[in-house]
Amino acid sequence: MNHTEQLTYREAMREAIREAMQQDPSVFLMGEDVGHYGGCYAVSKGLLQEFGESRIVDTPLSESGFVGAGIGAAMGGMRPIVEVMTVNFSLLALDQIVNNAATLRHMSGGQLGVPLVIRMATGSGKQLAAQHSHSLENWYAHVPGIKVLAPATIADARYMLAMALVDPDPVLIFEHVMLYNRKEAVPKADDCPAMDQAVVRQQGSDITLVSYGGSLFKTLAAAEALTEQKISAEVIDLRSLRPLDTQTLFSSVNKTHRLLVVDEGWRTGSLAGEICALVAEHCFWALDAPPQRVCSQEVPIPYPKHLEIAATPQVEHIVTTAKQIVYR
Amino acid sequence: MTAANTKPHINKTHLHFLLKQMVRIRRFEEKCAELYMQEKIRGFLHLYIGEEAVAVGVMKVLQEDDAVVATYREHGHALAKGLSMDEVMAEMFGKVTGSSRGRGGSMHIFDASKRFYGGNAIVAGALPMAVGLALADKMQNRNRVTVCFFGEGAAAEGEFHESLNLAKLWSLPVLFVCENNLYAMGTALSISESEQHIFKKAQSYGLAAVEVDGMNVVDVEAAAQKCCTAIRQGEGPHLIECHTYRFRGHSMFDTQLYRSPEEVSTWQQKGPILQLKQWLEHNGKLDEVEWQQIEVEVQQEIEQAVAFAEQSEFEPASELCRDVYLESA
Repeated sequence: MNHTEQLTYREAMREAIREAMQQDPSVFLMGEDVGHYGGCYAVSKGLLQEFGESRIVDTPLSESGFVGAGIGAAMGGMRPIVEVMTVNFSLLALDQIVNNAATLRHMSGGQLGVPLVIRMATGSGKQLAAQHSHSLENWYAHVPGIKVLAPATIADARYMLAMALVDPDPVLIFEHVMLYNRKEAVPKADDCPAMDQAVVRQQGSDITLVSYGGSLFKTLAAAEALTEQKISAEVIDLRSLRPLDTQTLFSSVNKTHRLLVVDEGWRTGSLAGEICALVAEHCFWALDAPPQRVCSQEVPIPYPKHLEIAATPQVEHIVTTAKQIVYR
Repeated sequence: MTAANTKPHINKTHLHFLLKQMVRIRRFEEKCAELYMQEKIRGFLHLYIGEEAVAVGVMKVLQEDDAVVATYREHGHALAKGLSMDEVMAEMFGKVTGSSRGRGGSMHIFDASKRFYGGNAIVAGALPMAVGLALADKMQNRNRVTVCFFGEGAAAEGEFHESLNLAKLWSLPVLFVCENNLYAMGTALSISESEQHIFKKAQSYGLAAVEVDGMNVVDVEAAAQKCCTAIRQGEGPHLIECHTYRFRGHSMFDTQLYRSPEEVSTWQQKGPILQLKQWLEHNGKLDEVEWQQIEVEVQQEIEQAVAFAEQSEFEPASELCRDVYLESA
């Protein structure tokens, strides 16, 4: 593939799956509608024709069953990629992810491992209402024994899967639904940082804006607006929600002395809250203002467009809050 | 006991082996109950006493590289699969020499080298995992069987139904073994299921499924032999419903308000060890000297296991966070 080629997020993810399957015969993709339908978000479109039914496996609507089967298959020497259609449906597989995938290595005293990748769509923005708009990444990031990734850029969509597949432990990949159609040039694989590293997407000196996944581009847009108002914002893309790259986070806050976290999860019990707590614990004396959060409002996500927008983080919220933090 | 007629290869040595395996499990668990009262063993302790014929009968027909996935009432399965009594007892004590380095305890006995996959304490939660182990075997063209034990209470969980459907849909080499002891903790099967024949549920998914007397080790072995042979020949998943009974409470905290002492006593009279012992004696295949020899050997094995567990070390708390991820090992 020519590295200057433009790909959508969807195509980048598909390319990543294709490459993994070409390179390793133990990799297979399993999930609802991944084969004949081509994937709910068309990520796996065409892969059935290329790899056949034994490696692109359509499953019945049995989230717990096929996620658990993925766990067993991983223990049995395969490298499954399990697609759970959306994070909303992953709640039906919570038992398998939290009680089995996350615990087996530890409760077996280190004898077993679950080298499994679970991909799922997440987030709001398509007017899908209260049961199809969750951002529950932080629920999973709460649990020791699993790793949680949130690729936001096309490059990360293209290259993080391969890193997740060589990892010996279960890795969950969250793909924000509003990112699938974004298009960018794909850099070379060598330029992609390790999957557990946060990346400074924009350098700045007045305030640190921390974000991930679907909120990253809103945050970058806010940073641009702030620049026009002579506020220099540094933007960190977490990329990995567990483990958290605290080093990148702390060194940025120690430089800017101010923190704003943008997170589409609900404020109460959010990952944003955890990041604020970490910064308060480790960078308290470097802070010039209280850390703040822009999160989703405490309401199930409503259907009408204007209310969906009002419920979730938007560029203007980020700009307004950032200006308050820098006292302007 | 008429099963000897239908199993021509059954001989005295074979039956003595089955009897001794059941006695090993029985006496091991009686010792565990004692050690629990002495607070050497803590947490939940679920005893298999009364149900030994199921694990022993099934395990007899397995090959070394066949996998076993069991429940939190799995001491018997672990011993029957070939885990040493030393490592199982040390695990009960929470010692570092235990089968899971003491991290699991009674409910989470694992031994990867023996392909013993727990020790799983969420009812029905391990069934999908068993399906996956079998899927991996099928995808890699390995002719092995994965045996998954669970109680009848699991049949009320969605994961039971999802797993049977997947196993049949993909024609996977799994043997599901339902240990129907009539009570899900204290909830009787009669007040929890519309269809109380678990094997019929399996048949509705197209699995070959049978019911057997789970108190008769030879019957269990014969059924398992037939199923495993069919599975190895590529005939897909099978299910055996074993009618059995636990003589003790659900765990060590059970006042057993849900059943009568008479009911327990009735089942005890057809207990798996008693039944086989009486049949052997009646047919002149077990004398008092031979019986005492079994008891003495088992007693020695248990004493050795307790001594091993007692003398073993607890893991230092400085190692608390190991084995969460591979790199934290």
